Amino acid sequence: MKLPLTINQLQTELKAKKYSAVEIVDTYLSAIRKHDTTLNAFITITDEYAYKQAKNIDETIQNNPNAFDEFPLLGVVISVKDLYLTKGIRTTAASKVLEDYVPQYSATVVERLEKAGCILIGKTNCDAWAHGGSGENSDFGNTLNPWNLDYVPGGSSSGSAVSVAANFALASMGTDTGGSVRLPASFTGTVGFKPTYGRVSRYGVVSMASSLDTMGHFTHSVEDSEKLFAVTKGADHKDSTIADRKEITSQKKVLGIAKEYMEGLDDDVADVLNRSQQQLEKLGYSFKEVSLPHMKYAVADYYIIQPAEVSSNLNRYDGVRYGNDRTGFGSEAKRRIMLGTYVLSSGYYDAYYLKAMKVRTKIIKDFEKAFETVDALFTPVSPTPAFKIGEKAADPLKMYMTDVFTVSANLAGIPGISLPAGIGNNNLPIGIQLMGPQFGENILFDIGKKFQSVTDWHTRLPVI
Amino acid sequence: MASLDKKDIKRISELATLTLTDKEIETFAPQLGEVVEYFDQLNEVDTSSTEPTSQTTGLEDVTRADEIDTTRVLSVEQAVLNAHHEHNNYFVVDALLDKSKDKS
Repeated sequence: MKLPLTINQLQTELKAKKYSAVEIVDTYLSAIRKHDTTLNAFITITDEYAYKQAKNIDETIQNNPNAFDEFPLLGVVISVKDLYLTKGIRTTAASKVLEDYVPQYSATVVERLEKAGCILIGKTNCDAWAHGGSGENSDFGNTLNPWNLDYVPGGSSSGSAVSVAANFALASMGTDTGGSVRLPASFTGTVGFKPTYGRVSRYGVVSMASSLDTMGHFTHSVEDSEKLFAVTKGADHKDSTIADRKEITSQKKVLGIAKEYMEGLDDDVADVLNRSQQQLEKLGYSFKEVSLPHMKYAVADYYIIQPAEVSSNLNRYDGVRYGNDRTGFGSEAKRRIMLGTYVLSSGYYDAYYLKAMKVRTKIIKDFEKAFETVDALFTPVSPTPAFKIGEKAADPLKMYMTDVFTVSANLAGIPGISLPAGIGNNNLPIGIQLMGPQFGENILFDIGKKFQSVTDWHTRLPVI
Repeated sequence: MASLDKKDIKRISELATLTLTDKEIETFAPQLGEVVEYFDQLNEVDTSSTEPTSQTTGLEDVTRADEIDTTRVLSVEQAVLNAHHEHNNYFVVDALLDKSKDKS
């Protein structure tokens, strides 16, 4: 059978009895068995669990005439990053420290997706603790890019991106602390969505950096991204940072281009941006130059704040209540714990952490000013397409610079989306990024849906 | 600001309760030193009249009723389920104080 690429197509075909939920699971699992020994997108495949859920769903479809109204994501096969706790199913954060940890409860997001009718097919590989931009920091081996096996898929939500790109699942949950959904989405030709800070509960998700962590997801279409967000967002009274504020709209039909985001771009990335701009102009959008003068400090700022919070969050792993002791941390976790410990240590707190939190205020103000005159910002996701495996692995600072265009959205707490917008040299996909004001997710979905109505990059799949 | 030498790395690793090999110390010193030097560019930004940001959506004082939510309470058996060392439903931990070294 041919796997559907949208929720609408899936549910139409389930309703028409073209196939059953069990048959869908069969098809995904056979693709996973055939190709995932190479791609390594999964740490745990939850086949029995998926079949159980699929059988229940087939019964629901059989017996409940309103099934598709009551369960908006009925039959949607999902994978989730192995940072999301799943009751009774091992959750590792891709680290040896948690290699045998079996959670006693599930994350809010997982509960909500299952309640909406999703089928969980597996837990995906990632950079351990979500530390990385390439997927190379996993203690469970690299995930490969299905478009070109010599290249990284981007990280840290590497396996989540690949599971959607390679059609191992229809949608996948990732986490985005500095670009960990948007970057791998760009590198794998999928839609990667990062919500406003505090819109989707982090309860039951392994914490990385608490003032930056957001729960995002991967799909093929923007329409599906919006459907998942409708289910995952909102207060659960467990994550106290949830802000249920009024969603905002903006109809200026003007998109901002910041010159700070246009420097040092690879030719392929510049081409994709030019072509995408022309397509958006045809759709009635005009473009305006804006300035984000503190953008150039974003990476330095982020790599103070994020490791500081990482060092605090990872301090809980002592091997007493669960997991292994601290000797199980890999090199990148150790580096970040030490950077964070250093910038928070006596005598350095003011010079680094406090200073970074002040510069963060400046970065936020730049965005606020820009959004006075534009609906959203139009930027690259990354200065280059996917890079070769090993290319940046020995140079942490070079690897950190990969995040140059994504970290500022996390510092400012604003939403962002990466849209497939082209395929460049070496068969590597390239995305464009839209960033909107806080609580402006609908602005991004609106522009994204229009963009996908005149482009077909999101329907292309790698030949694997 | 100064770069990091091997002595600094050793001290930081102790603060962070990480045990590093000599080879790791050798590798991390220049790597982390380079990152820390990169931070210095923030000094170019005048923040003399800027408030620090710690919460981006402006939430303040989020509270809840001081009541036990039984749906979020683990039983003792569940709570110790993942512990590698457990004794009569207690977590077994390493001693923090060593009596044999107590000379008082």
